[in-house]
Amino acid sequence: MTKQQANWSPYDNNGGSCVAIAGADYCVIAADTRMSSGYNILTREYSKICKLADKAVMASSGFQADVNALQKQLAAKHLTYQHQHNKQMSCPAMAQLLSNTLYYKRFFPYYAFNVLGGLDSEGKGCVFTYDAVGSYERVGYSSQGSGSTLIMPFLDNQLKSPSPLLLPAQDAVTPLSESEAVDLVKTVFASATERDIYTGDKLEIVVLNAGGIHREYMELRKD
Amino acid sequence: MEMLMDSSQAEHSFLSSVTASERTLNPYVTGTSVVAIKYKDGILMAADMGGSYGYTLRYKSVERLKPVGKHSLLGASGEISDFQEILRYLDELILYDNMWDDGNSLGPKEVHSYLTRVMYNRRNKFNPLWNSLILGGVKNGQKYLGMVSMIGVNFEDNHVATGFGNHLARPILRDEWHDNLSFEDGVKLLEKCMRVLLYRDTTAVNKLQIAKITEEGVTISQPYSLKTFWGYSAFQNPTVHAEGSWLDMVTGWAVTTME
Repeated sequence: MTKQQANWSPYDNNGGSCVAIAGADYCVIAADTRMSSGYNILTREYSKICKLADKAVMASSGFQADVNALQKQLAAKHLTYQHQHNKQMSCPAMAQLLSNTLYYKRFFPYYAFNVLGGLDSEGKGCVFTYDAVGSYERVGYSSQGSGSTLIMPFLDNQLKSPSPLLLPAQDAVTPLSESEAVDLVKTVFASATERDIYTGDKLEIVVLNAGGIHREYMELRKD
Repeated sequence: MEMLMDSSQAEHSFLSSVTASERTLNPYVTGTSVVAIKYKDGILMAADMGGSYGYTLRYKSVERLKPVGKHSLLGASGEISDFQEILRYLDELILYDNMWDDGNSLGPKEVHSYLTRVMYNRRNKFNPLWNSLILGGVKNGQKYLGMVSMIGVNFEDNHVATGFGNHLARPILRDEWHDNLSFEDGVKLLEKCMRVLLYRDTTAVNKLQIAKITEEGVTISQPYSLKTFWGYSAFQNPTVHAEGSWLDMVTGWAVTTME
């Protein structure tokens, strides 16, 4: 008797790219709004960005149903935290929570590729980058998702962070101004859209700074 | 003491040649595409009435569009028995909602969210409900139209479709849909999509229903058929070029054996 083969997969890749860049006193988080399945576009206006806390915003691409479940989990845990500690979670705390939540499903992973951006307790920009099972590190900038192979080398060229191994420790955040960082993000997505079929339609950019949270959109190619 | 065979023992029985499994492995009786759009007063949804059993057209009067509560309309493609089970879940959901008797009622957004959770949880247990669902409705003037797949992928948009409809209908809708379509224009647009599906989807049948949901409520049309055109010149006289081809060989043999 031959072993039964699975005739359906519990996973799908709904595509898309995410980027986050940390500045001296701001953080930019951006993602496209296209949701695909195979060679189909399911919708052109789906947001991949989720505000987890006042100072922590996450962008996730990958399998949309898992991304939704993950966001719900984190939102619920954040609510409990607020009830117990009478304050919002800081970005580094949320970073650890996200890592733990992802590893919890180490043997049936959330197929979600995340970048977490926000402001740390000193008001400096911070970006954390993850794989699907929760390994993470704090970096000056990162990209995830279907276009990340196109985006990351470009960001490396423009924003190269000093090595975290150097002594004395050097700042990972970019010296670019907020508007320069936003322009860089727009350029990077316009390029990724040209060559990645899963990236396009519209770009959503969220900027976190001392003044609060600000959102803007940019049209991308729809082909 | 007598040991009664339960299902877990059946799986490990070495004498049994069939592994007892209670998970959905493949669909049996299936419905094909559902297409839906937002229009001026609400949502329009269309689906044909076929229930296919593999390549056989087994059932020709399957209603794949059903109202849910006061504000929603559900259309399903995929396994019909799983759709019927979803309707039973929704019956219970609506019943409990009504029993609160607090003047509130579940709107389409809430029902869509519930269905998404149900589908995702079944996928987590590796026992999916083998359907693609479209949920549309209007509540307090707000129109809503969403889709859920069998693994829990969900989204909302101005126009949605399942299965073949994604390939054939959505490109038409992307080109011709616009805000504030009138009822007549909406129906024409849906019929155009359903006609293309009828021509090109082998599992489609020419007996369909169109449903509309507005603030006032749900109306599901009586079954009807679309007009089709097969009079293309290339379809006329199919044997005109047969002479000299392999078809000629076949017909020649048939004639001689009959004499």
